[in-house]
Amino acid sequence: MREAIIHGPEALIEGATPASNLLPLRVEGLTLDLGGRRVLDGLNMELGPTGCTVILGPNGAGKSQLLRALHGLLQPAAGVVDWNGVTPAQAMSRQALVFQKPVLLRRSVAANIDFVLRSRGLPRARRDDLLDHVGLAHKARQPARLLSGGEAQRLALARALATDPDVLFLDEPTASLDPASVNRIEHIIRRATLRGARVILVTHDIGQARRMADDIVFLHGGRVTEHAPATRFFPHPETLAARAHVTGGLVL
Amino acid sequence: MTRLRLAALLCATALPMAASADSILVQSTTSTANSGLYTYLLPIFTEATGIEVNVVAVGTGQAIRNARNCDGDVLLVHAKPAEEQFVADGRGTSRTDLMYNDFVIVGPADDPAGVAGLEDVQPALEKIAGAGALFASRGDDSGTHKKEVSLWAGTSVDPSTGSGDWYRETGSGMGATLNAGIGMGAYVMTDRATWISFKNKQDYQIVVQGDADLFNQYGVIPVSPEVCPSVNADAAQAFAEWLTSAAGQEAIGAYMVDGQQLFFPNAPE
Amino acid sequence: MLDMGEAFGVAVALVLSGDGDLMEIVALSLRVSLTATIAACAIGLPVGALVATSRFRGRGAVLVVMNALMGLPPVVVGLIVYLHLSRAGPLGFLGLLYTPAAMIIAQTILIAPITAALSRQVIEDMHAEYADHFRSLCLSTRQTVQALLWDARYALLTVALAGFGRAVAEVGAVMIVGGNIDHLTRVMTTAIALETSKGDLPLALGLGIVLMILALGVNALVHSLRLTAVRQAYA
Repeated sequence: MREAIIHGPEALIEGATPASNLLPLRVEGLTLDLGGRRVLDGLNMELGPTGCTVILGPNGAGKSQLLRALHGLLQPAAGVVDWNGVTPAQAMSRQALVFQKPVLLRRSVAANIDFVLRSRGLPRARRDDLLDHVGLAHKARQPARLLSGGEAQRLALARALATDPDVLFLDEPTASLDPASVNRIEHIIRRATLRGARVILVTHDIGQARRMADDIVFLHGGRVTEHAPATRFFPHPETLAARAHVTGGLVL
Repeated sequence: MTRLRLAALLCATALPMAASADSILVQSTTSTANSGLYTYLLPIFTEATGIEVNVVAVGTGQAIRNARNCDGDVLLVHAKPAEEQFVADGRGTSRTDLMYNDFVIVGPADDPAGVAGLEDVQPALEKIAGAGALFASRGDDSGTHKKEVSLWAGTSVDPSTGSGDWYRETGSGMGATLNAGIGMGAYVMTDRATWISFKNKQDYQIVVQGDADLFNQYGVIPVSPEVCPSVNADAAQAFAEWLTSAAGQEAIGAYMVDGQQLFFPNAPE
Repeated sequence: MLDMGEAFGVAVALVLSGDGDLMEIVALSLRVSLTATIAACAIGLPVGALVATSRFRGRGAVLVVMNALMGLPPVVVGLIVYLHLSRAGPLGFLGLLYTPAAMIIAQTILIAPITAALSRQVIEDMHAEYADHFRSLCLSTRQTVQALLWDARYALLTVALAGFGRAVAEVGAVMIVGGNIDHLTRVMTTAIALETSKGDLPLALGLGIVLMILALGVNALVHSLRLTAVRQAYA
């Protein structure tokens, strides 16, 4: 599977340093049961040190669960998740996860960032830069839970980036957002990649996958059925399921 | 954390409200408190001596138990045998007769047992039991309750056989028992002072009074500092001495409610 | 007999007269019960949050006990505190019996289980929402509990209110450990009990109405706080 380790072209152009010593990631025989149902079934995968990996797959393929298992939020029934010699639990503090529905604290926008900074003992001075970075500086004093969907997700991103994570997990971050918001969020993610964060993105949006992905992991039936550079995956999906997914067909 | 500081602050403000140095705590029967005697009497004493007096008014039985636990400097109750036992056990320095009034039996205007006007209490009680009329008892080991039990003992009736039926033991204070008794139309034995100052009489009136057996003696006992080192012995002694002095006795005798004298001083000269 | 109208008249007259004794009793009621509420929250909220966020053997039994303790009879609490604070008891040397401090202690014991059990429920619901995010941040238990308590602060106001309501309305515990001493430990409920035992039912009921107005005022205050919080999406 050597060819499956992809180096993102943008990352190489910008000369970003490889994310960290958490990569490469090696997953072997990952099996996960949830509520008596087998969600991941002996999944194998390897991810290289840089770039943006997009996980695609039909509904119920286990994409979100894979993300959580990689991050250490879900305990697998069997298999190995190996962050370059480190377990997910050990790697967790150097990673961040942005949820599809952002979990914002019942505090002001600024306080949501402050909370993360304080929990890591980071200087509060970073907060204004972060809010500026995601275009929320003017809303710093507002209650976070009154933000629009797009603003909320940008705040969640700023919060995730506050700790300068080596790995950034994104679970459908732009689901049900308007195109302008999607655009801004993708821009923020791209900049995170350029700064060296290893991004692993789950999405249903094929267009987003085309725009963002350096490589594609296609999940079907709890396994990786295809892993290829985006430049090869989209013109020539190898499996029937992937082809159907990309063209909007039904996968049975 | 702010919350904790606030709590500490509030506690700190609450603590100094413990009784001040020259003050005493009286464990008292309820009748002397409920009839308003203390409200009238204590300011006179404080004026004369500078000693503050705080009163916990509970049934005589509980007052004695509290004093046995050293939770009081002076005992002022009305159950002579129990008081003498208290002193005999070394719990009090000495017991002095203070004042008396009397017990009465009150009943509804229609007087279902036909006891109104009787002067002997035991026949009246027998008549009430015989008629199956309701009788509300304190049932709380208070001075009044002890007295009532001793009166029944002199009759042919054992009221405990009617317990829950016609003999209703409220297990409560005098006022609560009067409220309950009046509410259910029962006869009630009460001290006269409480009755005179009681405000929820409705159609009730005194039906039996005047028997020598209904005599109600109050006594005062300073709690012994030997058994209870925490007591304010000097102030307690001063209070007991003032109550039994000419000045104290005169003040007690002068206390009136609705033009009636409630307590009759009878401390030994 | 008396009617409610008469009692209302007494209540209004009492409040309007600005009677010094009444004000003293009202102030002590508020001070004792508010202090007890704060102390009970200081104990109960962290305990509730801790139980809400942890999974351990026997947790079910702990929940049952916590919920059962919400029904602690005030008289029993009063008796237990009396036995400890009595001069003959283990803490008698403190000389706290028949002081407002004793009443605060008794009411704190009475309502701490209420604040713990109710906050456990509130925090558990919120934790269900925050849990993954907090785990992702690798927060310690202490950080998690603190964050949840802070974010649930407006919901917890209602919990505190439930405790305060129970404290300010109970008579059994404060009667025993406070002794209903005039100008020292007399609060609204013991004053009501006293007037009832004197047969002065209109005055007792009037005091009761004053107590209810008091509780109404505290509730209205907290309610308006919560409304603001809801508007700001903080609750």
